[in-house]
Amino acid sequence: MQNYLEFEKPLAEIEGKAEELRAMARTSEETDVSKEAEALDRKAADMLRDLYKDLSPWRKCQVARHPDRPHCKDYIDALFTEYTPLAGDRNFADDHAVMGGLARLGDRPVMVIGHEKGHDTKTRIERNFGMARPEGYRKAIRLMDLAQRFKLPVVTLVDTPGAYPGKGAEERGQSEAIARSTQKCLQLGVPLVTVIIGEGGSGGAVAFATANRVAMLEHSVYSVISPEGCASILWKDADKMREAAEALRLTAQDLAKLGVADRVIPEPLGGAQRDRHATVAAVGKALAEMIVELEKKTPEQLVDDRRKKFLDLGSKGLAA
Amino acid sequence: MNWISNYVRPRINSLFSRREMPENLWSKCEGCGTMLFHRELTDNLHVCSNCSHHMPISPRKRFHALFDGGVFAEVPVPAPNADPLHFRDQKKYPDRMRAAQKATGEKEAMLVAEGEIGRTPIVAAAQDFSFMGGSMGMYVGNAIIAAAQRAVKLKRPLILFSAAGGARMQEGILSLMQMPRTTVAVEMLREADLPYIVVLTHPTTGGVTASYAMLGDVHIAEPGALICFAGPRVIEQTIREKLPEGFQRAEYLLDHGMLDRVTDRRALRDELISITRMLLGEPPAVSGDLPKPEAPAAEAPKADAKERKPKPQPDKSAEP
Repeated sequence: MQNYLEFEKPLAEIEGKAEELRAMARTSEETDVSKEAEALDRKAADMLRDLYKDLSPWRKCQVARHPDRPHCKDYIDALFTEYTPLAGDRNFADDHAVMGGLARLGDRPVMVIGHEKGHDTKTRIERNFGMARPEGYRKAIRLMDLAQRFKLPVVTLVDTPGAYPGKGAEERGQSEAIARSTQKCLQLGVPLVTVIIGEGGSGGAVAFATANRVAMLEHSVYSVISPEGCASILWKDADKMREAAEALRLTAQDLAKLGVADRVIPEPLGGAQRDRHATVAAVGKALAEMIVELEKKTPEQLVDDRRKKFLDLGSKGLAA
Repeated sequence: MNWISNYVRPRINSLFSRREMPENLWSKCEGCGTMLFHRELTDNLHVCSNCSHHMPISPRKRFHALFDGGVFAEVPVPAPNADPLHFRDQKKYPDRMRAAQKATGEKEAMLVAEGEIGRTPIVAAAQDFSFMGGSMGMYVGNAIIAAAQRAVKLKRPLILFSAAGGARMQEGILSLMQMPRTTVAVEMLREADLPYIVVLTHPTTGGVTASYAMLGDVHIAEPGALICFAGPRVIEQTIREKLPEGFQRAEYLLDHGMLDRVTDRRALRDELISITRMLLGEPPAVSGDLPKPEAPAAEAPKADAKERKPKPQPDKSAEP
C-alpha cells in the first residue's frame, strides 16, 4: 500500500484502477483486462512524469517529508556493514532522534551520524520525529571527537524538521549544543561529508551539515525556516506556505546554484519513496566518491577547505 | 491696529510656531511606567533610574559610553550581495531594507569598532535590534568576520554585544549559512589565543544564540534579557503548557549554567575592562578619570570628533 501526497491524488486514482483491474483478472479468468491495465499504467506513468517534471518548491517540501521516503536508518542498514551504534552524550541522556556509530562503508571504517524520524507512530514518537535535543548534538560532538582521534571520515545524514523546541531542551542549552556541534564540524581534521536525505531544518541541520561536501537528494530541501513558519511570520498567515516555499529558495537545485549544495543526487522518477533501493544506492555511490576525493587532503587542508567553503558562500546570487 | 498687527500678532505667532518641541524628550519605562527625561536616560545608559529595567540602546550610543572618551573608529565591513534571492513577501526585501535604514539611520544591523576601554585596546561589535530585529544576514556575518580578522590582526580581544530575533529570513539559506560562517570567525580568535567575550542583550534568540552568541570564552548577559533558541511562544505551542515565570531570561539561564554572569549595564564597562585585562595578563586598569586617548588616526568618524568637548592635552606625568 502506497502513501500518496495530496498533489498525487489523480495519480492515485489511476494506479488504483489499474490495480483493481489486475485483481479482477486474477479472480476471473474469462475477461482479459491486461490491455486496459497496461493502458492505465501508461497513463499513470505519463502523469507521474508530468507531475515530477517540474515540482514546485512546496511540493518538493511534501516529497522531502514523505513518510515512505528512506530514512537515516534505512541508509545505514543498506549501505554500511558492521554498524555499531554508540549511544549517549555522557552527561544526561541518549537522544533517539540522533543515531550514530562506527560502521564500514565498503571496507573503510567511518563514523556515521544522522537524524532518524521513525517510520510508524511508535518509532516516530520514540525518535521524536527527528527533532534532536541538546543530548543529540552532544552525542554527535562526542562521536566526531572519536572519529578525529582515530582518523575516521565522518558521514552525516541530515533529515530533521529542526531542533526540538521544548522546555527541557532549552534549559539544557539547545543553542549551545548546536553551536558547539557546528564548531566541532569546523575543527575536524578528517573528511566530513553530508547528504541531506529529506528535510534540512534550520540550525538543527547546520549542526551536522557544516561539512567539506554537502550533497542533496533531488527532492530534498534545506532552509532557514519551514515554509509554514516563514508564512506565519512574514505573511502573517500560515496558509501562505506555497508563497513562502517559493521565496525561500529551499530546493536542492537552487541551493546548488548558490553553492550551498556541492552536488545533487538524482532520485528515481516519482521520488525516493518509489524506488528506495535505487535511491539508497545512489547515495552510497555519492558518499564513496566524496570521501575518496577528500581522503587525499591533509588534516590542515581539510580544515581550510571547509572554512573557505563557508566563508565564500554568498558571493553567488540567483538570477531574477 | 498697527501696534497689534505689527507687534502683538507676530509675538503671539512666534510663541507658538517657533518653539517646536523636539519629540521624544520623555520615554516611558516599560518596566515600571516611570517617565524618564532623555538626558537622564542617556546618562544612565538607557537603564531606568527607578526600577533598573534595561531598555534597548543603539550600538552607536553603547560605543560612545563604552570606549574611553567616547572615541572609536568604525571597522569597515565588506558589503554583501544586496538581495541574492530576489526575496519578496508582502514587501520586497530591498524596500524593507530601505525602511529600516531610514528609521535607524544605520546601514545595517551591526556596528564594528576599534578603540580603547580603560586604556585596553579592543575590537567591539554590537548588533542593532532596531534594525530589522537585528537579524543575522550576510552583512552581520561579514561584520563578525571583519571584527574577528581585525582583532586577530591587531592582536586585540573581541567584545560582541548580541541582540537579534535570529536569522534574516529574507536571505533564506544564506542567512542560515551565517551560523557556520560566524563560527569560523570564532575559530580565528580561538586560534590566535584572543579573548572573545559575548555580552548577550535583550533579546538574543534563534540562530544567533545557536552560533557565535554561545561560543564566547566568557558569557555575560544584561539583566532580564530574553536568551533562547526557540522562543517562548513556539515552545508553548509545542508542549501545550504555560512556561514558568522568568523562563529563558538571563537570570534563568545563569541558574541553568549557560552564562557566567548577569551584569547591570552600568557596571558592565568596568567588568569588561577587568576581565579582558586579566585574560591578557595586563596589570589592573587605573581607575578614575584618564586623559582622553588620541583619536585613532584616519578612520575616526567625524561625528564623534565634533561631539567631544575640548579637553586639555594629555599630561604625560599623569600616566602610570
